[in-house]
Amino acid sequence: MSEEDDFDLNELDDKELVEQIQDDLYDGLDEEVTEGTEILLSRGWDANDVLGEALVAGMKIVGIDFRDGILFVPEVLKCAGAMKGGMKILRPILAESAVDTSLGKFVIGTVKGDIHDIGKNLVAMMCEGSGFEIINLGINNPVENYLEAIDEHEPVIVGMSALLTTTMPYMGVVVEEMEKRGLRKDVHIMCGGAPLNQEFADSIGVPAYGRDAARSAEMAEEHVRSLDKKRGHR
Amino acid sequence: MYAVWTKSVGTDKQNSEHFKKRLVLGCGALVYDLLRLIKQNPSLSDKVNLQCLPASWHNSPQLIAPGVEEYLSENAHLYEEVYIAYADCGTGGAIDRVIEKYNAKRIEGAHCYEFFAGTDVFEQLSEEELGTFYLTDYLVKNFHRIMIKGLGLDKHPELFDVYFEHYKKLVYLAQTENEQWQKDAEHYAKDFGFEYEYRLVGTGSLDSVFDEIDIKPLEIEG
Repeated sequence: MSEEDDFDLNELDDKELVEQIQDDLYDGLDEEVTEGTEILLSRGWDANDVLGEALVAGMKIVGIDFRDGILFVPEVLKCAGAMKGGMKILRPILAESAVDTSLGKFVIGTVKGDIHDIGKNLVAMMCEGSGFEIINLGINNPVENYLEAIDEHEPVIVGMSALLTTTMPYMGVVVEEMEKRGLRKDVHIMCGGAPLNQEFADSIGVPAYGRDAARSAEMAEEHVRSLDKKRGHR
Repeated sequence: MYAVWTKSVGTDKQNSEHFKKRLVLGCGALVYDLLRLIKQNPSLSDKVNLQCLPASWHNSPQLIAPGVEEYLSENAHLYEEVYIAYADCGTGGAIDRVIEKYNAKRIEGAHCYEFFAGTDVFEQLSEEELGTFYLTDYLVKNFHRIMIKGLGLDKHPELFDVYFEHYKKLVYLAQTENEQWQKDAEHYAKDFGFEYEYRLVGTGSLDSVFDEIDIKPLEIEG
């Protein structure tokens, strides 16, 4: 950035600052996103609003441009790094908030035999931004890890990820075991990963296929909202 | 016989105006191996037209099936038979749907590492260390362009951990014996902080593409 372009974020009004945070997030500028987040909070913004209007909205633009081939993985990872900067500030505030805005727990992990986790971590971050409490199981998870996490955390959603054609069928093993144990009526299952598609998801009995991180977060939120609607509260 | 780096699809007019041949449409990362196999059997050069799609799709497998389909939609009708020198390559079966549509054939396996090394060896390597990063001759030779620039590590070296956090070992599955490439691969492993292993595996079942072409005569021949 040249000296001419360098300006004080404090000089921007709220609307301009939110747009600037979104721009900085798009450009992967973590220090600027962190600073912008702090300024909005210092102006009395609710942490949920900062998260939703600045960070999550910014990442949704990133998600769309990734889907459309305008941004590529390295750029998206820089954006994610910038969002992490903002989340670091917001997370403790959100955790202490008196208002429970949590959408519930979301267990997510890469399946057995697979060590790829970039996409899975992006989904986790976007879902956290949407208001889920994330239990990230990491990589190479056998079915037992998912079952233990379900017992321990009682999540509303379990998400499975795979990058390899050779590992994605293992998702079917997890689904089958959850079915056997009668867990599917309480726990919604989602799946995603580069080689997956809707046809594969349908074949293992998981209609909720998230084609990218932004869409996965939207689908997860839509699921919880629809549950709430059915239950007639929230 | 021609080998072309295809970035936008064209029609193979000059290769097919007078007679029809077999098309081998392959990944650009296999071009040296495919050319070498053809060179080893001069009779193939009259029978095969070799075309390659961008090797950079190695990092963007979602582009492979649409790219193959785009190429075949323009050119497949010019050939008697079409062979696809790709494995599944992370397309999740999408490449097989294209192949079925054009009545083509491909090399069996999940990816080039598997068909170069053979399924048994590849499974053994994966079992020994799941966090194994594989290189082939092409990837060693083009390491900077495909791996460093392709993953954006030249501009953002801080992303290294994001990409490679779970990797512990680099295995160079060599197609040919080349001392310089062995040194380079070992250097990359050291640079990345990975354990290193070298295996000369040759071209494995990539040869099967030409075995089939070689033994099966065409009815229409120029």
